Amino acid sequence: MKKLTALALGALGIFAHGQAQAFCGFFVSKAGADLFNQASKVVMARADDRTVITMANDFQGDLKEFAIVIPVPEVLEEGQVNVTENRLVEHIDAYTAPRLVEYFDPDPCTDRLYQLKALRGGPQMMAMEMMSSAPMQAEDYGVTIEAEYTVGEYDIVILSAEESDGLLGYLNQEGYKLPKGAEKTLGSYIKQDMKFFLAKVNLEEQAKSGYTYLRPLQVAFESEKFMLPIRLGTLNAKGDQDLILYTLTRQGRVETTNYRTVKIPSDTNIPVYVKDEFGEFYKAMFDTAAEKEQKKVTFLEYAWNMSWCDPCAADPLPNKDLRTLGAWWIEAPKELTAPKPLPGAQQRIMPMPPQAPANAYVTRLHVRYNAETFPEDLILQETVDNSNFQGRYVLNHTFEGNLSCKAGQEYLASLPQRHEKEAQNLAQLTGWDINDIRQKMKDNGRLMDKGDVPPPTPWWKDIWTKD
Amino acid sequence: MISPPNDPRYFQIISLSAFVAAQMIWFDFAPELAVLALNMAAALVTQWIACRIVGAGFDYRSPLITSLSLTILLKASALWVYPLAAILAITSKFTLRSGSSHIFNPANFAIVALLLALSDYVWVAPGQWGATMLTALMIIGFGLSVLTHVKGRFDMGFLFLGIWSALAFIRALWLGDPMDIPAHQLQNGALLIFAFFMISDPKTIPAHFHGRIVFALSVALFAFTLTHVFQVREALFYALAALCLMRPLFDMIWRATPYNWPQKEKLS
Repeated sequence: MKKLTALALGALGIFAHGQAQAFCGFFVSKAGADLFNQASKVVMARADDRTVITMANDFQGDLKEFAIVIPVPEVLEEGQVNVTENRLVEHIDAYTAPRLVEYFDPDPCTDRLYQLKALRGGPQMMAMEMMSSAPMQAEDYGVTIEAEYTVGEYDIVILSAEESDGLLGYLNQEGYKLPKGAEKTLGSYIKQDMKFFLAKVNLEEQAKSGYTYLRPLQVAFESEKFMLPIRLGTLNAKGDQDLILYTLTRQGRVETTNYRTVKIPSDTNIPVYVKDEFGEFYKAMFDTAAEKEQKKVTFLEYAWNMSWCDPCAADPLPNKDLRTLGAWWIEAPKELTAPKPLPGAQQRIMPMPPQAPANAYVTRLHVRYNAETFPEDLILQETVDNSNFQGRYVLNHTFEGNLSCKAGQEYLASLPQRHEKEAQNLAQLTGWDINDIRQKMKDNGRLMDKGDVPPPTPWWKDIWTKD
Repeated sequence: MISPPNDPRYFQIISLSAFVAAQMIWFDFAPELAVLALNMAAALVTQWIACRIVGAGFDYRSPLITSLSLTILLKASALWVYPLAAILAITSKFTLRSGSSHIFNPANFAIVALLLALSDYVWVAPGQWGATMLTALMIIGFGLSVLTHVKGRFDMGFLFLGIWSALAFIRALWLGDPMDIPAHQLQNGALLIFAFFMISDPKTIPAHFHGRIVFALSVALFAFTLTHVFQVREALFYALAALCLMRPLFDMIWRATPYNWPQKEKLS
C-alpha cells in the first residue's frame, strides 16, 4: 500500500526536487561515514554493464608508503582512470547519511486539533607498506604490464598475470608487503580472468597538485560483473572493517545477492538529549544492529531517488557531479534559458528549475565485515524497487509554557509514558543502560514519573489578575 | 483412498506458509499481506475457471502452493504484477502440457515469463534468506517433511543439491579458494528453497530415476554456468524452465510411469 501512496504523491508533483519539505521532520544532524574509523568509502555508478567506481582515499601516513592493489575485470586504458575531488564523495556521504530530525509539540491549550499522540511511532583497498623499489622484470614473473601511466598524483600500473606465485613475486620485488594468504586470493582472481590495478603516489605530481591529501581515484569499465572485491582487504586487517558503498543506478535499489540486506532501524523516537551525541548514538546503534545479525548482513542506510530528499541531510548532488561520479546516462547539463515571450503575449516569469530531475537512484549500503563473516566478495544486483528508505531518528520537543487548561493537563500527564518509551527505544537500539538513560533524561528536565507531574493549577488562580 | 496427511502437498502448504510468516515477522523487504492475498485470490480463481472449462474437479491445493511460492520468490515494484504472475502460472498448467502433465512448474514459469517480459517491474532476491546455518537447517527440515511424502520422487532435490555442491567445491578447489566460500554459497536460503520446493515438484520432472539424474545434472550445470560465467542472478529459474521444456524428451528416452498426486484426479 505504501507503494501506491508514494506513486500517487509523485504523480501530483508534490516532490519538488532539492526542497526540504519538513514533512519528515526538521533536519538536525547526520551520522556521516567519518564516524567509523577508517571506513572505506566507495561510490559505484552502474547502468547497462558500464561501471564507474570512485574510491575515497583517507590514507594517513607517509605518501611514499601508499600503494593499492585492486582486482578489476578488464585492462584499463589511461582514459579510463581519473582522479576527482574529495568533495563529491563527501557530498554523497552527507546526502545519504542517517539523520536526526526534530519536531516541536504545539501548545495543547491553543491547538484546536489537539489530539493526544502520546506515542508517535514515530573494497577495502589494500594499503600496504612499501619496502624498497627495484627495476621491473615483469615478464620473468609471468606478469604482463598491460598499461602504465600517471593520472593526477597517482602512478598507475595495470597487470595481468598467469600464476599467483609469479604475481606475488613481482609485487614483492616492487616493494608491496603482502599479507599472508594473499597468494591464494590473487590466484583466485587470476583464474576469474581479473586484471590488477596498482596505484602508488607520484610524489612530484602530488607536490605539483597542491593538494595536501590524496584525491579519490576513479576507474571506468564495462563488465557484466557487478561486484565489489573485498577479499584482499580482509587478509591484512585485524578484526572488523567498515565499508560504505554508495551506488548510483538508473532504476532502483541495489542489494547484495549473496548476503542478506537488512534495513537499519529507523523512524524511532528517542530522547531529546541525543541531539548532542548523535554520532555516539549512531555508532552504538550500528554496533548493536550488526551484533544482532551476527555481522552477516549488509545494512541499507539510504535508498532514494537522487532528485529530492525529506528531510535533506545535504542538497541532492547536481547532475554535473552525478556524471563525474559515473552516472553516464544523465545528460550533460545544458544552459537553461527562459523561453522568449510570444509576440503580443503578456510576459510571464516562469521559474526555471535549476536542473531536470535526476534520473538516478542512490543506495547506501553499510557493511561491517571480516574474513569469517564475509568470506565472499560482495555480489550485487540492481532491483526495480524504487521505494524510499532513510535512517531517520526523531526528537520530540515537549511544549514549554502555560499548561493550565484541561488539554494541557492531559498533555502533561501523558509525558512520563512517552518519555519512558523514548528511553526504552534508545536502550533497545544502542544497548545502553536504561537507568542511565532515564537519569540523563531526568537531569535534562524530562518528566519521567507520574509523581513528577506538577499538580493542576487551582481554577481560581487564573480568574483574578493581581497587580 | 489415501488419507490426506500422506499427500505431500499438505506438507508443502504448511512449509511455504511458515516461510511466508517467517519473512513477514522477521525479515525486511518481506511481502506485504496484500501480495499474499492477491496471489492467492488470482491463483484460486484462475484454477476454478480453468477446471470449469476442462471439466475437472476443483482442487485448492496446487494453486495455493503456487501462490505461496510466488509470494516468497517473486518481487515486483507494483501490486498488479502479482495477480498477473498467479494467472500466468495457473494458466500455464492447463495450456502448456505434454502427455498427462504440464510442462513447467507453474511458479517457475510465471517467474521466468515475467523476468523476460516485464523486467522493469520484477526481480528475484537470491540474498533474501541470507546464508546462515539456522535458516538453512529450517528450510532443509521443512523440505524433508515434504519430500518424504513424495512416493518414488523424493530424490530430485537431493540429486540437484548434491551436484550443485560438487560444482561449488570443485570451483573453489580450482580457484584455490578457502572452503568457507562454497560452504557459504551452499547455505544460501534461496538455493535451498529452490532445491526442496521447486525443482522437486514431482509433476514436472522426469519419471525415471536415470532421467532425473541427467535432469539434475543439466539444470545444475546450466545454472552454474549462467551464475559464474554470465553473472545471471536468476540462473536457477532460467535453467529449470529450459530443462522442463526438454523433459518430454527425457521421458521418451527413460520410460517410467508418470507421477500422480496421491488422490485420483485428471489435473492437478
